[in-house]
Amino acid sequence: MITLADLRRYGADTERGLATCMGNEALYLRLVNSVPSEQRFEDLARAILEGNREDAFEAAHALKGVLGNLSLTPLFEKTSEITELLRSGEDADYEKLLAELTQARDTLKRLCE
Amino acid sequence: MNNILKSVRAKRKVLIVEDERINREILGNILMKEYDVVFAENGRRAIELLRDDADSFSLILLDLMMPVMSGDEVLRICKSDDKLSHIPVIVMTQEEDAEVPSIRAGADDFIKKPYNMPEVILARCERIIELYEKKELIDSAETDPLTGLYTRDFFFEYIRRLKKYNDVRMDAIVMDIEHFHLINEIYGRNEGDRILKKIASLITTELGNGYGIACRCSADTFYIYYSQTSDEIMFVERILNGMASTSFESAKIRLRIGINKNIDGNDPPEQWFDHAKLACDGLRGDYTRQLAYYDSTAHDRQLYHERLIRDIDSSIANGDFIVFYQPKYAVDGDRPVLRSAEALVRWKHPELGMISPGDFIPLFESNGLVQKLDHFVWEEAAAQIAKWKKKFGAAIPVSVNVSRIDIFDPELEDRLIGLLNKNGLSTNELLLEITESAYSDSAVRLIEVVNNLRKKGFRIEMDDFGSGYSSLNMLTTIPIDVLKMDMKFVRNMLRDQKSLKMCELVMDISRFLDVPVVAEGVEEKAQLDVLKSMGCQIIQGYFFSKPLPAEQFEELIQKEAELFAKNF
Repeated sequence: MITLADLRRYGADTERGLATCMGNEALYLRLVNSVPSEQRFEDLARAILEGNREDAFEAAHALKGVLGNLSLTPLFEKTSEITELLRSGEDADYEKLLAELTQARDTLKRLCE
Repeated sequence: MNNILKSVRAKRKVLIVEDERINREILGNILMKEYDVVFAENGRRAIELLRDDADSFSLILLDLMMPVMSGDEVLRICKSDDKLSHIPVIVMTQEEDAEVPSIRAGADDFIKKPYNMPEVILARCERIIELYEKKELIDSAETDPLTGLYTRDFFFEYIRRLKKYNDVRMDAIVMDIEHFHLINEIYGRNEGDRILKKIASLITTELGNGYGIACRCSADTFYIYYSQTSDEIMFVERILNGMASTSFESAKIRLRIGINKNIDGNDPPEQWFDHAKLACDGLRGDYTRQLAYYDSTAHDRQLYHERLIRDIDSSIANGDFIVFYQPKYAVDGDRPVLRSAEALVRWKHPELGMISPGDFIPLFESNGLVQKLDHFVWEEAAAQIAKWKKKFGAAIPVSVNVSRIDIFDPELEDRLIGLLNKNGLSTNELLLEITESAYSDSAVRLIEVVNNLRKKGFRIEMDDFGSGYSSLNMLTTIPIDVLKMDMKFVRNMLRDQKSLKMCELVMDISRFLDVPVVAEGVEEKAQLDVLKSMGCQIIQGYFFSKPLPAEQFEELIQKEAELFAKNF
């Protein structure tokens, strides 16, 4: 199980994340713990690989909301970047961005194990 | 401000509509201490839950981007459904762009994602619930549940507010239904309600274009504050036509409409409508018209009359009524001789000043109060006759008015006799004037009363002779001692041939009845000369003297006594 110290090292704004959870550390950590297995990551990956930008935006947007609420800064910033690019319709190397996001998620996943 | 949420300790129920599990958990954790929290993971589920028990929810927290049914769609459904639209909706969004369309769709507030601090979220939820609960309370007091029109209090409150900003001239219109309680009784309350709803909907349609506001003031009374930018007659006609073209169980529904067009912004709005209602009430029982305008002069006169009626007793008690005496002169000898006087009442009102008898006598005659005044005058006159009799040795007879209502007073004779006894007078010293119209009104009773009075020795003068409608036949049966010629004839006799002829006719009748004539209203020597030449023996009028207070009248008696002494 991940700890607040782990999360801080990871780069999360744990103070804010905890506050959003009304100081309920157990809830906060439990929710953080469930993030790596969020279906949205898979949805986003598939949509990007299939070139479906609409679905990709939806998944990224949803992820951004959740990650923001938990103040998981590294993941949040990456999903924000992807979301904004998709929103603007710009061409970008989404697969590379996806790889970076997946890497950040996997880091969190390891901390959670 | 009272906090309803805190004063009523019941836990409100909040619906969180959010597709992300983590977000649901975070929000649920924030809200669960203060609220019962119910979750829906998509829009369709949310609508199901809401429709299932709409009244139990106090708030909806709504995510916009969701699969199956979007938040926008949920919002649209909620705000267009009468059963759901009373529940406030707070939209949760990451996108500032979404706020304007959401506000347009009826969202009440926003929560940002990532979430604001929990205290902020809680405060927003609390405020919006409180606002809605208060609004609901106010709404229920604001409008009449049957017709949807304003209730009376709100109507007048809105008028007071509108007055400040509105410089368009407005009318006050009052509408009600003749015999509405009977319609309810005969056709049932449902039918009565149906009629009221129809009227209200016609009014609402008419006012739809910003022409005013309306309320149901009481059972079947509607008040309408109507802009003069539209024609009130057309307004009324369209409503009447609308009613005429709707079929009701009661074939005859008669609307009455009173309009006050000249409302004074300085008067309280309630008064504008009181006056319109007066016009409306005036239509009661009048089946020739349905619309009446408030007439302020008529109403002022009514108020003035009310005032006089209210004040008569205190004025009698306080001596505000004063008896004046106008002399009658016998002109059949070498020189005019003071023969008698007529007692005439004057009202010196403490606040209104001198009031003309023309203003109060017909009023008091119409409502019977004149009897009180007559009694007062009789007593004053009787006392005065006695006083003069004592002072000058000989009595000056004074005539007093006996009104129609006195004739029906069973105490009349006793009262008069009692007065004479009290003052040591005889029946030929207090003369009684009865107006001619009393004869034609109630001849049988009158003849009986007059006969009795004459048997006791009273002398009866028929007042205003010629103005009434006595038949010649009746004249032969009437017991009288003097005819008083109606002063209209005297006033016009020199200008108008017909009046002159009437004077001659009255003189002929007096010769036929063998009674003397008193001509009233004689102002000029020429009138006196003509009347004298016709054989008229007694003259009363400004030519000799106007009505005088007792002290001044005494000077005439004094003068007469001196003249009398000189001649003998």
